[in-house]
Amino acid sequence: MSDATGIRLIHDDYIALTRRKRLYSGILLAIFVALMTSGFMLADSRNAGGFWSGLHRVLDFPKTVVAEAVDKAAELPGHVVTYFPALVETLNIAAVSTLTGALGGMVLSMLATRGMARWPALIPVFRRIMDVMRAVPEIVIALVLIFVLGGGPVPAMIAIAFHTTGALGKLFSEVNENASLKPVEGLASVGANWTQQMVLGVVPQVAPNYLSYALLRFEINIRASAILGFVGAGGIGYELKNAMSWGQGKYDESAAIFLMLFTTIVVVDQTSSWFRDRLTHGRRVEMLA
Amino acid sequence: MLTIEKLTKTFGGKTAVDSASISVDRPMMIGIIGRSGAGKSTLLRMLNRLTDHTSGAIRFEGREVTALRGAAKREWQADCAMIFQQFNLVPRMDVVSNVLHGTLNKRSTLATLFNLYPDADIHRAIDILDRLGIAEHAPKRAEALSGGQQQRVAIARALMQDPKIILADEPIASLDPMNAQIVMDALRRIHEEDGRTVIANLHTLDTARRYCDRVIGMLHGRIVFDGTPEQLTTGTARDIYGADASFSEEATSTQIDALTRAKVAPVHA
Repeated sequence: MSDATGIRLIHDDYIALTRRKRLYSGILLAIFVALMTSGFMLADSRNAGGFWSGLHRVLDFPKTVVAEAVDKAAELPGHVVTYFPALVETLNIAAVSTLTGALGGMVLSMLATRGMARWPALIPVFRRIMDVMRAVPEIVIALVLIFVLGGGPVPAMIAIAFHTTGALGKLFSEVNENASLKPVEGLASVGANWTQQMVLGVVPQVAPNYLSYALLRFEINIRASAILGFVGAGGIGYELKNAMSWGQGKYDESAAIFLMLFTTIVVVDQTSSWFRDRLTHGRRVEMLA
Repeated sequence: MLTIEKLTKTFGGKTAVDSASISVDRPMMIGIIGRSGAGKSTLLRMLNRLTDHTSGAIRFEGREVTALRGAAKREWQADCAMIFQQFNLVPRMDVVSNVLHGTLNKRSTLATLFNLYPDADIHRAIDILDRLGIAEHAPKRAEALSGGQQQRVAIARALMQDPKIILADEPIASLDPMNAQIVMDALRRIHEEDGRTVIANLHTLDTARRYCDRVIGMLHGRIVFDGTPEQLTTGTARDIYGADASFSEEATSTQIDALTRAKVAPVHA
C-alpha cells in the first residue's frame, strides 16, 4: 500500500488524465457536430428544390404507388407472372457473376497472399490489380460495355463479375492470411506444384469462409444486377424503370416488381444465413470433438 | 439471509446442479469444493443470474432472486458481485475505468458510454485499488497487468459495486501460488473488514480449509458435504473428489509451504 503523499499523487494524476481525455472528447464532439451541421447546410443550399420545403412531400410517391396498387390489387398476380422471367434473368446475372468473380478472386487472392504467392515479388502488383477492380463502379463498366456490345445481360454480367473479383479477392486474401501454411509445406515436400498445393492444401481450410463471403456477395450482386437494369442491361431493373416513370398509370406493375424483389432478397438472405450458420455450426462440432 | 431451495439446472438431458439446498443466516466465507464438472460454476452463475435455473428458488433478504426480470434482475446483479477465473476485464481499457464499471447499474447509459463518471467515484475507485495494493497501476491498460494484478482489479470492480454478496468462481485457478495467496488474503480481508458474504469455488482443499468458515462439497451436481472445515475429514474429501486411498490433500495444494511436502507424498500412478 502506498503512503499518504504517494496515493494523493495517484489521485491527482488520474483526475488530471480524466479531465484531459474529457476535454479532447468534448472538442472532437464539437467538431463533429459543427461539420455535420455545416455540411448539411451546404448540401441544402445547393439542393434545387430545398430540403425543408420538400420534406413534407417525401411520402407522396410511395402513397401514390400504394394507392394505385391497392386499387388494382386483383391484377398483381398477373403482373408477377409477367415479370417472373425478368426476375430470373436478374438472378442469373447475379449468380453467374458471383461464381466467375469468386473464382477470379480466389486465384488473385492466393497470388496476393504472403507465404502462398506463386511469385512473391509480384504480390504488390496483384494487390493493385484488385484495388483497381474494386475501385471502378459496376455501373461505369456496364455503361461502357453497353455502348460497345449493345444492351442485354452480358455487359451487366461482365461488369458485376469484374467488381466482384476485386471485392472477393480482397476478402479472400484476408481469410488466406489466417490459414496455416503447414499443410502447404507438407504438400510441397511430396513434390506437388503450386496449383496442387493451393487447391489441395489451402482450399480445404478456407472453403467455409470463402463460401460465407461469396453468399454475402451474391445478395449484394442481386441488388447490383437490378440496378444495372436501369441503364439498359435487361432483367427486372429495366422493367421497373419503365413501370416507375411518372404519369403512366403503371404503378401497380412497379408495386408487383418491388414485392418480387423484396421477396427474393428475403429468400436469398434466409437461405444463405442458414448455410452460413450450418458451416460455422459444423466447425464448432469439429472443434469440440 | 440467503436461502437456496432445491435449485436444479439441466442442460439438455444432463443435470448440472441437482436439487441443491443451502441456507446462510449470517455473513461468512463459504468455499465450494468438488471435481471439475461437479456443478460449482453453474451454481454460482445461477446465483448471479448469469445462467437461468430450471427449477427451485433462490431467496435473499426477502427478494425472490430467481423470479427477477429486466431491471430488477440487473439490480440484483449489482448487489451480487462476481469474480471470474479468467478475470473478465475489458483488456483495452485502463484499470480505473474497469473498476468504475462496477457502478454501471447505478449510472445513466449515456454518461457511461462517454466514460463520464463522477469525480467522487473515481476517487473511491483509486482508494479501493490502494486497499488492494495496486493503486500505482491505475492509469495502465488492464491487459498490461499480470494475472494476479488483474484478478485484484476484478476484485476492486466487485467492491466498487458495494455488493451484499461476492461470488468468486475459481478466483485463483489461473494464478501462481504467490498471487493465489494475495488474492485469497484479499477476499478474506474483505469478508472480515466489510462483513460481506463471500462464496468461492475452489479447486484445492487446503485453500478452502485455510480461508473458509464453511465448506460445501459437490459431486455430480449434488451437495454431498456441508459443514465446518474441521468436520471435513480426509475420508469425506475422498468421497467429494471421487478419489481412492492414494488421494492426498497436499497433491492438490497450491500453497508454497506445502510444495516440499507434496513431493515427499507417495504417488501411485
